[in-house]
Amino acid sequence: MNAIEDLYIEDLHARDDSAPILTASDVTRLYGERVGCREVNFSLWPGEVLGIVGESGSGKSTLLRCLAGQDRPTSGVITLNFDGAPLNLFDIPEPRRRQLMRTKWGIVHQNPRDGLRMDVSAGGNIGERLMDRGDRHYGKIRTAALDWLSRVEIETNRVDDYPRHFSGGMQQRLQLARVLVPEPKLVFMDEPTGGLDVSVQARLLDLLRVLVRDLGIAAIIVTHDLAVARLLTDRLMVMKDGMVVEHGLTDQVLDDPHHAYTQLLTSAVLAA
Amino acid sequence: MSQQTIDTDYNFGYLDEQTKRMIRRALLKAVAIPGYQVPFGSREMPLARGWGTGGIQITAALIGPHDTLKVIDQGADDTTNAVSIRRFFARVAGVKTTETTTEASIIQTRHRIPEQPLNEGQILVYQVPQPEPLRKIESSEVETRKMHAWSEYGAMHVRLYEDIARYGRVATSYSYPVMVNNRYVMSPTPIPKFDNPKMDQLPALQLFGAGREKRIYAIPPFTKVKSLDFDDYPFEIQKWKEPCALCGARDSYLDEVITDDRGGRMFVCSDSSYCETRRDEGHVGPQMNWAKDQAFINDNSEETP
Repeated sequence: MNAIEDLYIEDLHARDDSAPILTASDVTRLYGERVGCREVNFSLWPGEVLGIVGESGSGKSTLLRCLAGQDRPTSGVITLNFDGAPLNLFDIPEPRRRQLMRTKWGIVHQNPRDGLRMDVSAGGNIGERLMDRGDRHYGKIRTAALDWLSRVEIETNRVDDYPRHFSGGMQQRLQLARVLVPEPKLVFMDEPTGGLDVSVQARLLDLLRVLVRDLGIAAIIVTHDLAVARLLTDRLMVMKDGMVVEHGLTDQVLDDPHHAYTQLLTSAVLAA
Repeated sequence: MSQQTIDTDYNFGYLDEQTKRMIRRALLKAVAIPGYQVPFGSREMPLARGWGTGGIQITAALIGPHDTLKVIDQGADDTTNAVSIRRFFARVAGVKTTETTTEASIIQTRHRIPEQPLNEGQILVYQVPQPEPLRKIESSEVETRKMHAWSEYGAMHVRLYEDIARYGRVATSYSYPVMVNNRYVMSPTPIPKFDNPKMDQLPALQLFGAGREKRIYAIPPFTKVKSLDFDDYPFEIQKWKEPCALCGARDSYLDEVITDDRGGRMFVCSDSSYCETRRDEGHVGPQMNWAKDQAFINDNSEETP
């Protein structure tokens, strides 16, 4: 047996031992008569990036809100497993859930204004997460803030500027830094590139790919942009009318779509 | 100092007995949970909201015929608000009023703690404009209550971080947030941070009333009160280069007073009672010395070094 095979087998074992970091079973969210999302089942493994695509109103964001603990599903169970002890997201007390929300997972909003404090400097925005977990040393918080600014490619001399003086792309990158600074295991992103022009989008996507890979973060990315899905995600879920209609490896779903809706979706993309 | 006859057209202490009981219940709860904001049914008072309606209601609920009341506004006993509130209680409760800190059993204050150390048995009643220390960070009341309930106080330090990032030190000089009894972050009302250390292990009972915001909170005697800070930027209080111009005190909080339109200024004790007591004891500040030299005033007292 040669070294490469050894590595391969080791890798397989690692994969076998690790339990899914997130499991959704029959997650349903109804708004009275209307359906937000219905009977969604899937598992997400550590380090994996899952994309959720679908048209507007297909329940992508509703599902993401449920998964991220922001909205209680009408029925179904969401199980998270960070350190070998699985916990039911909506069974644990709210303070514990909020604490996990600040430390173990993060949410990148489509609109950076929802995820940032606009009247607090960039450094303060990044540092808040550290102060949340009890860091009380200004110098260390400052160093971490500067470090993260450079990691998301914002000049460090902008550390004391307010996010409202930043461009849209910079705001989005700052939001990313704020989410990633406590080193979460899981990140939810709701249209992270929405509202940005293509060149800025490309830069953000590049950054996202590098960060997610370097930090080994599991991520769920909601998008309606198939190019984003192809670039970033390992697996893809296609949603329509609140249901998952197709689910598989990203290239498989995009290159060989089975469901009629997915075929429509992939053929609707203009080739540049 | 002065004993007035009570105005019998009003119930003793102005408020009706049911309201007093309601406020006393809120006070008991507040004392039982140091630093926790207890909602209460704030009443209309013959005073504009924001002028001390919270403090005045607490005083009204506490005061008895044998109490002696002192009221200070920014440390001074002789400002409009202080004089009016003192006169109000002299009229509706017939109580003795005083300007001397040691004589008072209840001290209602706006934005200062007297320099004279308070003793057991004394009650300090603060008038509070904004009871919520997290308000500047979080505008939602639902959210701030959750943050208090679960001790999620990381955001509080963001305010201090911003100060240091911008000014190189914590520039917040009043309303400086404190942690009470290792549990609740509390706004000490707009007292200067100079007074924060006095709250720690104070033998007197401290009560806080916010009339407009309908909240009461308290610090029982001998309770730990710690001003928030960073490990590498410890809490510190204001310092002045010169002593009080009138009494020469170097240990009191000084107000800067502009004396002319050519940049003239003087620093005097904000606690007028403390300053007067010191002057009566013979302490003399630089300006008094100067005035004596100019023969503007007669020197009757012996100057002490």
